[in-house]
Amino acid sequence: MPGLEDLYREIILDHYRTPRNRGELAPPAAKAEGHNPLCGDEIQVYIDVADGIVRDIKISGQGCSISQSSASMMSAAVKGKSIDDIRNLVRRFKHMMSIEEEGNDSPIDESQSLGDLEALKGVVKFPVRIKCAVLSWNTLLDALNNA
Amino acid sequence: MSFDAALVKKDFPLLQRRINDKPLVYLDSANTSQKPQQVIDAMSQFMETTYAPINRSAYQLAAESTDAYENARSLCRTFINAPRTNEIIFTKNATEALNLVAHSWGGANLQAGDIVVLTQMEHHANIVPWHMLVQSHGIQLRWVPLTADGQLDLTNLDELLKGAKIFSFTAMSNVLGTLTPVKQLCAAAHAAGALAIVDGCQYVPHNVTDVTEWDADFLAFSSHKMCGPSGIGVLWGREELLNAMPPFLGGGNMIADVRLDGFTCAELPAKFEAGTPPITDVIGFGAAITYLNAIGMNNVRQHEKETVTYALSALHERYGNDITIHGPTDPEVRGATLSFKFKDVHPHDLSQVLDQSNICVRAGHHCAKPLMRLLGANATARASFYLYNSLDDVDALVNALEGAGDLFSL
Repeated sequence: MPGLEDLYREIILDHYRTPRNRGELAPPAAKAEGHNPLCGDEIQVYIDVADGIVRDIKISGQGCSISQSSASMMSAAVKGKSIDDIRNLVRRFKHMMSIEEEGNDSPIDESQSLGDLEALKGVVKFPVRIKCAVLSWNTLLDALNNA
Repeated sequence: MSFDAALVKKDFPLLQRRINDKPLVYLDSANTSQKPQQVIDAMSQFMETTYAPINRSAYQLAAESTDAYENARSLCRTFINAPRTNEIIFTKNATEALNLVAHSWGGANLQAGDIVVLTQMEHHANIVPWHMLVQSHGIQLRWVPLTADGQLDLTNLDELLKGAKIFSFTAMSNVLGTLTPVKQLCAAAHAAGALAIVDGCQYVPHNVTDVTEWDADFLAFSSHKMCGPSGIGVLWGREELLNAMPPFLGGGNMIADVRLDGFTCAELPAKFEAGTPPITDVIGFGAAITYLNAIGMNNVRQHEKETVTYALSALHERYGNDITIHGPTDPEVRGATLSFKFKDVHPHDLSQVLDQSNICVRAGHHCAKPLMRLLGANATARASFYLYNSLDDVDALVNALEGAGDLFSL
C-alpha cells in the first residue's frame, strides 16, 4: 500500500499552504467554474488571453490539498504560454494521471519538463484522488473554450 | 438479550478482514452497511435451492419463490408496524420510493402554486424530485429552517404549513445525525391538511419504527443501510392513498389487463412493482430484518446512543477546540452519525490520513448541499456507527486523528 509520503510531497504541501495566482480577474477575462460533484470541491479559473497567449491567470475556490496544489502549480505552469502549448500540457498532465483523450492517438509532445508538476505523479497510486488533481485542468480547458 | 457489539461484529465476515495486517474500522454505515453471514447465506441458499420467477408461473418452484418473496414483504410490514402487507411497495431504494410518491401522487394531485414543505436538512433524494415538480407543475417549495445546534426550528411550523399539500421530511439527518420529532411533524402536517411523507432512510436501520404510532402517510427506506443487500428499498403508504394514485412505472406484473386501447392496473402492491424485481435481494432484505429483529431494535438504538455519547465526549476531551462536531449535543435527539471539522484539514485529506489506519469515513457533501451551505462548508468528514461498532472503534478514530493536522498546517 502506498504511504502518505507518496501523495503529500513537500512541494505539494508548499503550493497548498501558499497557493500561487489566487484571486479573480475582471471581465473581459474568460472565466470557467468546475465542481467535483462527489466531494463538493469548487474552483473558478480566470484567464486573460491576448494574441493566443495566456497573459494572466487567477484561481479561486475551495478544495482539498491535492486539488488546490494542482491548481496552483497549473497556474504557474501556464502563465505566459501559448494556447497550443497549454493544450498539449493539459494532455500531458492528464496522461500522467492515466487519463487519455478518447480518439486522439497522436503522440504527446514530452519535450518540455513538467517541473513541479512531476510531484503530483504519486496521485495515480490513489485513484480516488485523481479527480481532485485534474479538476482545475478540466476547468482551464473550459476557460480556454470560453476565451 | 444483552447486547455485545464485539459479538455482533463476528457475524459480519467483511469486518474480519485485515488490510496491511491491521483490522478494518468501518465507520461509513450511514452510507451503506455491511452484511451479516445470515444475509449472505440466505441469499446463496435461495439461489441454490429456490430461485424462480415470482407471481407468474404455476410450477412448485415458482410458488416457493413467490412465497419467499412475499414473506419478506410481510417481515417489512411488521418491522415498521404498517397496518397492511399490501401497503409495502418494493422499490430500487429509498430514492426511488420518494420519486414514486413525488411523481405519482404529486404529478396527479399538485398544480401550479401548490405548496410542498421540506426541511433544510434533507438529502437530495427528498429535494430534487420536488424541484422537478417545481419545473413541471409550477409548485412552490417552503423550507423549515434549522436551529444553531442542527435541529428543526419549529417556531413558525404552522405558518409554513398553512395551505400546504405535502410536508416531506427526514426522520434522521444523514449529515447531522439529528432525530426529528416525527409524530409531532405528522400531526402538524395533518392539522394543516397536508400529507406527511417520512424519509426513513437513516432512521429505520437504527431505531424502532412505528408508522401507525407516527400516523404518517408515506415512509421511504432502503435495505442496504440495514444489513441487507443494495438494489432494494421500500415505499410504505396508506392503502387508500396508494389505491388512488396513478401507476409510476408501466410494464409486466403491474397490470390486470392490457388491450390495444389501454390497460388496467393490478391491485396493490403489484400495481407499483413493474417488471421482474431483484428477487434474491428481497430475500436478503427479509433475512436482514429477521437478523435485526433477533437483536432487537431497542438494543440497537441503546447501543448507538451509548456509542455517540462516548464518541462526543472522547473527541471533545482530546481535541477541544480543534474539532467541531455538527448537530445536536444531546444523544437523546441524535443518532450515531457524526459530521465534523478537524482543525483546518480538508475532509478529503483527513479521510486519506484515517485510511492509513484502515478507518473508513465519508468525506464530501453527503448529498445534502443545501445543508452544507448552511454549515458554511463544502464538505465534512463523517463517521457513522452501527450495531457492529464497539467503543474500540471510537477509540481508533480518536487516536488516528492525532497528528492528522500537522501535515497540512497552514
